[in-house]
Amino acid sequence: MMKRAKALFLGLLSPSSLLLAGSVSAESATRQLNMPRGVTEVSQAAYDIHMIMIWICTVIGVLVFGFMFYVMYAHRKSRGVTPANFHENLVVEVLWTIIPALILIVMAVPATTALLKVYDTGNPDIDIKVTGYQWKWQYEYIGEGVKFMSELRTSQDEIYGRAPKGEHYLREVTQPLVIPTNKKVRFLITGNDVIHSWWVPDFGVKRDAVPGLFTAAWAKTDQPGTYVGECTELCGLGHAFMPVVVEVKEEAEYEQWLAGKKEEAALYASTIGKQWTFDELMVKGEEVYGRSCAGCHQANGEGIAGVFPALKDSPIALGPAEGHIGILIEGVAGSSMQSFAEQLSEVEIAAVVHYERNAWGNDVGDIVQPIDVLNFKQSQ
Amino acid sequence: MSETSRHRGLLIKLLMGAVAMFAFAIFVLPPLYDLFCEFTGIGGKTGGAYTVSEVTIDTSRKVEVQFVATNNATMPWDFYPTEYKVFVHPGESREITFFARNKTSSDMVAQAIPNVLPNNAADYFLKTECFCFNNQPLGAGEQAELAVVFVIDPDLPVSVNTVTLSYTLFDITDRMPMQVSQIQ
Amino acid sequence: MAHGPSQNFFSRWLFSTNHKDIGTLYLWFSFAMFLLGGFFAMVIRAELFQPGMQLIKPEFFVQMTTMHGLVMVFGAIMPAFVGLANWMIPMMIGAPDMALPRMNNLSFWILPFAFTMLTATLFMEGGGPNFGWTFYAPLSTTYAPDTVNYFIFGVHMMGASSIMGSINIIATVMNMRAPGMTYMKMPLFVWTWVITAFLLVAVMPVLAGAVTMMLMDINFGTSFFDAAGGGDPVLFQHVFWFFGHPEVYIIILPAFGVVSQIIPTFSRKPLFGYSSMVYATASIAFLSFIVWAHHMFTVGMPIAGELYFMYATMLIAVPTGVKVFNWITTMYKGALTFETPMLFSIAFVILFTFGGFTGMMLSIAAADTQYHDTYFVVAHFHYVMVAGAVFSGTAAVYYWLPKWCGRMYDETMGKVQFWIAFIAFNITFMPQHFLGLAGMPRRYSDYGLQFADWNMVSSIGAFLYGGAQLLFLYNVIRTIGWGKPIDDPQVWEGAVGLEWTVPTPAPFHTFSTPPVVK
Repeated sequence: MMKRAKALFLGLLSPSSLLLAGSVSAESATRQLNMPRGVTEVSQAAYDIHMIMIWICTVIGVLVFGFMFYVMYAHRKSRGVTPANFHENLVVEVLWTIIPALILIVMAVPATTALLKVYDTGNPDIDIKVTGYQWKWQYEYIGEGVKFMSELRTSQDEIYGRAPKGEHYLREVTQPLVIPTNKKVRFLITGNDVIHSWWVPDFGVKRDAVPGLFTAAWAKTDQPGTYVGECTELCGLGHAFMPVVVEVKEEAEYEQWLAGKKEEAALYASTIGKQWTFDELMVKGEEVYGRSCAGCHQANGEGIAGVFPALKDSPIALGPAEGHIGILIEGVAGSSMQSFAEQLSEVEIAAVVHYERNAWGNDVGDIVQPIDVLNFKQSQ
Repeated sequence: MSETSRHRGLLIKLLMGAVAMFAFAIFVLPPLYDLFCEFTGIGGKTGGAYTVSEVTIDTSRKVEVQFVATNNATMPWDFYPTEYKVFVHPGESREITFFARNKTSSDMVAQAIPNVLPNNAADYFLKTECFCFNNQPLGAGEQAELAVVFVIDPDLPVSVNTVTLSYTLFDITDRMPMQVSQIQ
Repeated sequence: MAHGPSQNFFSRWLFSTNHKDIGTLYLWFSFAMFLLGGFFAMVIRAELFQPGMQLIKPEFFVQMTTMHGLVMVFGAIMPAFVGLANWMIPMMIGAPDMALPRMNNLSFWILPFAFTMLTATLFMEGGGPNFGWTFYAPLSTTYAPDTVNYFIFGVHMMGASSIMGSINIIATVMNMRAPGMTYMKMPLFVWTWVITAFLLVAVMPVLAGAVTMMLMDINFGTSFFDAAGGGDPVLFQHVFWFFGHPEVYIIILPAFGVVSQIIPTFSRKPLFGYSSMVYATASIAFLSFIVWAHHMFTVGMPIAGELYFMYATMLIAVPTGVKVFNWITTMYKGALTFETPMLFSIAFVILFTFGGFTGMMLSIAAADTQYHDTYFVVAHFHYVMVAGAVFSGTAAVYYWLPKWCGRMYDETMGKVQFWIAFIAFNITFMPQHFLGLAGMPRRYSDYGLQFADWNMVSSIGAFLYGGAQLLFLYNVIRTIGWGKPIDDPQVWEGAVGLEWTVPTPAPFHTFSTPPVVK
């Protein structure tokens, strides 16, 4: 009977027509009014306590403001009322101190149980290290040897209005995080440079990514699908441009995907010697430049005076290839130019260096191959 | 007492209060914060070197200890644990190593900062030896196997079965010019 | 001997030691800052009108959000209430001036210098501060632009101004009350300001400590907030919010005081529950010290800490509720009229309480996992700070302007300004709750397509609200220059207090001889 009562109560808490909750994917609704109920125990606990609070506050609001509006109507001077003079009443004052305190205690109970769920990170089936970079995420499947960057895929052209915005504008990445259904996944979250924050609303997961320490969160769901989240701690100019995309696959599909990733890594290592053509590298390089470099150095390579150096006509881009590669591998100490050695593959670095040397009229004309980049890294 | 001197009295007292709060913020809050973290083990901060005393090994339980390595922004070394997890009995001393290689063409100095999850396990994770106690100089192209010797306190709460020890490697070459010049 | 102000324009305003003139300086300065901060907000809302980057680049956008926060909090709202304190506290307690008039002058004149320097950083190489008004490390230390040292210096300057102003208020109220004015006979505006002043003296130095540690990390190789050197970025957050939470009560407590003066006047009935109002204010101030980490619920605090901060934060609802009930009960069985100050005050009670409800929701740590750093938080604090503090400040100006300048504002224009502001405010900020719940984080220069509609609505409201502020400026200037002269000391039928016994407009010196209070 308690179970039915609870189900009924929770059912009543569920939205009326306008409060569109329960949407499985937060991607869909425009003009959405309410938070999604999500697909994990944690997101649902958060949603339920959120609704309880809304209802309690609505009832209190209706009572208090209703009374106030009544007073504004009934006790207007223009109605000819004479003002009273009382200014104290012990009974009333004690009551309206004690009753709110009791209501708080009522709120505190479900609030506490919900929080206990958030912290229940023990005994996971899978551990994934999540690292926040300026401005992308890195995911590493601990113990599996699978590690990759997940970067915004939306083009600079779309952002700056030079091309129409796609359906998944700012909510699409190069490689999403993939997890299986029905397995408890623990996320070990840290920051590479500044503080970021990893949030997936449908999982009810949000934990800061702080450089130098790790925070933990967990998710377990039985609902396959694509779930989109965001970075939720100001981390610089790219803060709005590093979404989180998680694909939940059925177990068998997940295992297949994981195996494929391992194969990919092996294949990459074995084909590192492949010779790319000039044009292949330009196309790839432009794509990498758009998502990893244009945010600072701008799409036209002109940078921002005094802040981000121009690459167009730059002595480094026009100079020896080795020096140019070196900047990307080692970064520039004391500046915002990080080392990209861990964030971009040898193919990506070769392509983007090649692109920078030949775009915007730079026209150096040489070709930088992925094997050149690998050799550079190994000769260090 | 004249009004002026009453004003002055209050002014001086309140100014001293302001200065005291300033001093509190800079000189008391940071060490208080560190002490609090160390004392309660919260925030995942582990303490300094632990000197081994007689500890009985609790063979009735096994704890999974995972190792995670990560580089901070300007740190380009290869850095990873040689095994990513081990099982130990609380009270049992165990050594594991982390591999580090300076891939660059310059001598560098690193500092590893540890972190333990879950937070309430940090107090029970006792390191008798750790490469994180000192900074790590490595010459250009040099590599090393860095050791951690640890023991899990048998008083580790029963609810904790998995402990994750992570290290973030930072580049502190700029702060350590003397050390760098000593690398040969 | 009472005399008028100096005839020389420069010596009157640059060297003033008169609480009325200094109050006027603070008020005009704060309004100029309000327009400046409002301009930054217009840039933000114009860019967010549609998805995509149309007007500015992301790195300038984050400078705008940072400067909007800094200028509004430290340049507009705090100095505005200091200005009101300067004008009204001496008259309310029957004192001739503030306790330390020359320090009063210094407190004010620091501010234009500090904010000129801060605003100038926008034009310097590297751009202005871009790390949010909350300037978390290491974004604000290792990754800060070169102008960060000017930012730190500016914070120190305006912090010094606040501390000196607060000391002045405490000394004035403790030492200069007229005979017979016991503490429990003081107007509530004076009480809320005294308590606020103690809060300021306690926590402004902590902010100074935080920026000094930042300065040392950036320039002198220390590692307070740098993990590599054994420090901790999370320490910054604790120190900042130890200041930051009391800071928001510093902002709102004087606003509570203003409303507690206005509502009884237009209800023609004494404030209900005077002593509990005083105790509630003191409780709120005390509680404000022990709840700071509710701003840090996602940073990975252990559960015991998170539970404690959740419970402590929820407790603040009790004394705040007491105040709201007292205001409403003051109106109950009064004889109400709805002049402009009363309209703003009633709107304050309703909208601030609404902001309090979203505050309660935010205090629930498990739900905060979904609200933290989203537009839900932005909506919450704009309800309490704009519909709260700014509406209260606006009410205060309409209420006291006739006393200050001897001219009455145009009541119809006042009401028009109120309704435009009220409607525009809600159009701007109500949709931001939905944006946050739907998943849009704060400080975002761009957003996914599903957030477009509410962003557009919010931006339209914002521009309307900006227009309402220009109308407010017009109303004030028109009143001062061409308003209907009024010489009734009492100005408002229901007004009670020493400030309503002095002539209208208030002479340059009042209460040179202290009145006797029965």
